[in-house]
Amino acid sequence: MKPRFKSILSLTALAALQLLFVLPYFFSGALAAEATGAFGPAPVLAAGDYPKVTGVNPRMFVWMAAQMHLWFAAFVLAVPIFVLLLEVVGVIRKEKRYDKVAYEFLRVSLTAYSITAITGGLLLVGLIVFYPDLMKYLSSIFGSTMLLYALFFFVESAALYLYYYGWKPMSSGGLKWAHIGVGLLLNASGTTLMFIANAWVTFMMTPAGVDMAGVFDGNIWHAVRNHLWGPMNLHRFIANIAYGGSIVAAYAAYRFLGASGDKEKAHYDWMGYTANLVAIGALLPLPFAGYWLTAEIYAYSQQMGITLMGGLFAWLFIIQAVLIGALFLAANYYLWCGFKRGVNGERYLKYVRYLAFVIAATFLVWFTPHTLILTPEEASSLGGQYHPLLGPLGLMPAKNIAVNIMLLFTFLSFLLYRRSHRTPTVKWARAGNAMEAALFTAAIANIIFLGVYYGYFTNSVYKVASSVPQVATTLFVIAACLVIEYLMHRNSETAELKWGRVPDRSQYALFLIAVSFTWLMGLMGFVRSAIRQHWHVYSVMRDNSPDAFTPSIAYAAKTVSVGTIIFMAIVAFIFWLSHMGREGEADE
Amino acid sequence: MRLLKFALTSLFFYLLLKAPGFFWDKPIPSSLVSMYMFFIVITVLLVMTITDEGARGLFAPIRALVEDPSKKLVRNAVFVILPLAAVFLAYDGGGLKATPSELRATHPAPPPLTRGYGKTFDLATLENPFRKIEKEDPEAFKSLVKEGGEVYFKNCFFCHGDKLDGRGHYAHALDPKPLPFTGGDTIAQLQESYVFWRILKGGPGLPREGGSSISAMPAWEKELTEEEIWKVILFLYDYTGNTPRSW
Repeated sequence: MKPRFKSILSLTALAALQLLFVLPYFFSGALAAEATGAFGPAPVLAAGDYPKVTGVNPRMFVWMAAQMHLWFAAFVLAVPIFVLLLEVVGVIRKEKRYDKVAYEFLRVSLTAYSITAITGGLLLVGLIVFYPDLMKYLSSIFGSTMLLYALFFFVESAALYLYYYGWKPMSSGGLKWAHIGVGLLLNASGTTLMFIANAWVTFMMTPAGVDMAGVFDGNIWHAVRNHLWGPMNLHRFIANIAYGGSIVAAYAAYRFLGASGDKEKAHYDWMGYTANLVAIGALLPLPFAGYWLTAEIYAYSQQMGITLMGGLFAWLFIIQAVLIGALFLAANYYLWCGFKRGVNGERYLKYVRYLAFVIAATFLVWFTPHTLILTPEEASSLGGQYHPLLGPLGLMPAKNIAVNIMLLFTFLSFLLYRRSHRTPTVKWARAGNAMEAALFTAAIANIIFLGVYYGYFTNSVYKVASSVPQVATTLFVIAACLVIEYLMHRNSETAELKWGRVPDRSQYALFLIAVSFTWLMGLMGFVRSAIRQHWHVYSVMRDNSPDAFTPSIAYAAKTVSVGTIIFMAIVAFIFWLSHMGREGEADE
Repeated sequence: MRLLKFALTSLFFYLLLKAPGFFWDKPIPSSLVSMYMFFIVITVLLVMTITDEGARGLFAPIRALVEDPSKKLVRNAVFVILPLAAVFLAYDGGGLKATPSELRATHPAPPPLTRGYGKTFDLATLENPFRKIEKEDPEAFKSLVKEGGEVYFKNCFFCHGDKLDGRGHYAHALDPKPLPFTGGDTIAQLQESYVFWRILKGGPGLPREGGSSISAMPAWEKELTEEEIWKVILFLYDYTGNTPRSW
């Protein structure tokens, strides 16, 4: 019990430390407001107002701490969501393997909790040491939510330990449902924590509840429910699930490659598949949540919108598109390699080249830039920076068509994979197949029509709005095909999947997915934050520190890449620790 | 055999990407061809390695080249030719002989505020004062568009062209070339406040990523009145059939 106590104690101490830092700021802000009877304007700072520590670059310190904290937080917020789902599925289906794998997922994430708290502490220290006036201003507005944050941190920690250590003692009867209740509490408190922190971050981008001088109107809800809060909550919530799934899948791949026997290999193959399924399942709606977020950024500020996607950071968006495309390719490759798990898989291998062709073609459209990098000779031939043929592909309507078709074909890969081990026996199987084919064809035609007509032949309001029926088309086809598949495969001839019967190459696809996710989050996190440019709080509180300049794209990409390497190294260490802990338990 | 198939498939796509340059004099930029080819080659590689047999077949010639004792002569030849080719490429300079490529944002972000005519414009809320007349009084609006057209043909058409396609008399002498207003990817993407800022401040007012030092566009605040700028904007949208972005 001692090590458990130790970890609980250390986590509690860290939480208390955070609280200790936050409280004085809360009270100084709140008391100052009470003394004057009103809130003051945002402070106007000079370079000398920013404390300096020799040998430490403040921006780099805060950037790295924030990034590490976000990566770990995303992981530890996501894992309990699908751990809970798996636990419930296990109870309903009365299958122990779900319970086992859920417990293993949770074990993997446990070490990450302490690191999340540590990096959160580091971030807080960095902000208070290097940006005290900004923190003072923010806490004068968000003081009460900061206190709430600390409270929920305690609730989450308590729920986590009860959930993890209570797994075996609370594994049967009514206690199992009580345990599921604890899991629910864990998830609710974790998600609330994220929503609270999102309010601070989005306020810095799209401040609300304050006037042009930054004077707060006193209603905390106005500041919390700022322009980007809703879209950011949704985007991060979905992205976290995808991210958590990808990291756990990478863990399973790591264990698969080191497995000593067929049984162990089969277990980790199944675990990797399940986690990847969660990751890709969450990835499907993610582009749409991201599109909503971006559209809202543009709607709030033309300057931020153009900086984001048409100006300075457009090339980081091309990198983003490349990474997302790579992610889809890897996810599909993993599914294709898995065809051989089923007895019928062989018969679907011949379709892979067509699936790959469509996915690659849409991928190329997805990352085609609008403004091209040209040699002077090329610029002279083209007569400008747009290619007459490729220019339209650089605009969002083309990207929306591409991503929807890419999603549909990824889903098709998944359908074929599911059919690799079963054959429908219902009389209307042929009609069912025809129905699915018709749905896909009609959907693709509709997506292309909506994109081309509303994207290029009407004004920009319709262009943006047309993305909604495009998404609805994709989601409808996915839902309808799943229903048809379910009805078609009731009482079908089903052979057991041969878990473990995949080439090692497929496991590297899982690593690639996890690394791509991490890199993407870092790059896009930087872009989201950097579009504020020289503002701490956009258009309200100016950043006058010596670092108030936008770094070059290369510098930012290198910084994020180094961060990714550090994070992945820590994750590898966590995998190893988790493995070691398990060996220790086995010895007992 | 599979390795040859892999090489030929990749070559086919490469030639396809080069075709617009060969046959139409509209080359796909080499930077983009490199990006496309990188992912095309990877996709072909993925498709050919889904099964163990496929992967073995693809890499068999490479494996044989490295491991097969009977291929010693070929192996040695390849191991000499490859480094020599790398040395030649390094010596030759590859693409370094060409003038460096320009990474220029054609539509860079506008500032939140801009000054002109002795006042400050907030670009987030700035609207074309004549736009509302479009519905209120279509006839009056038409005459405003006509006045905007006169401003255009007295000042802008020399570069941007009589069809607003960016091919005016001076256009061929300029680099970067003037932007066309036709099509759906220039002014159709922008709010009128953005276009106002661009005309007001011209090339010198562009931020650095917009290539302010190379744009020949004058700052029209010295030549045109505020009203004239708004009218010419009406004309640009009206003539090209575009609608200004409203959000």
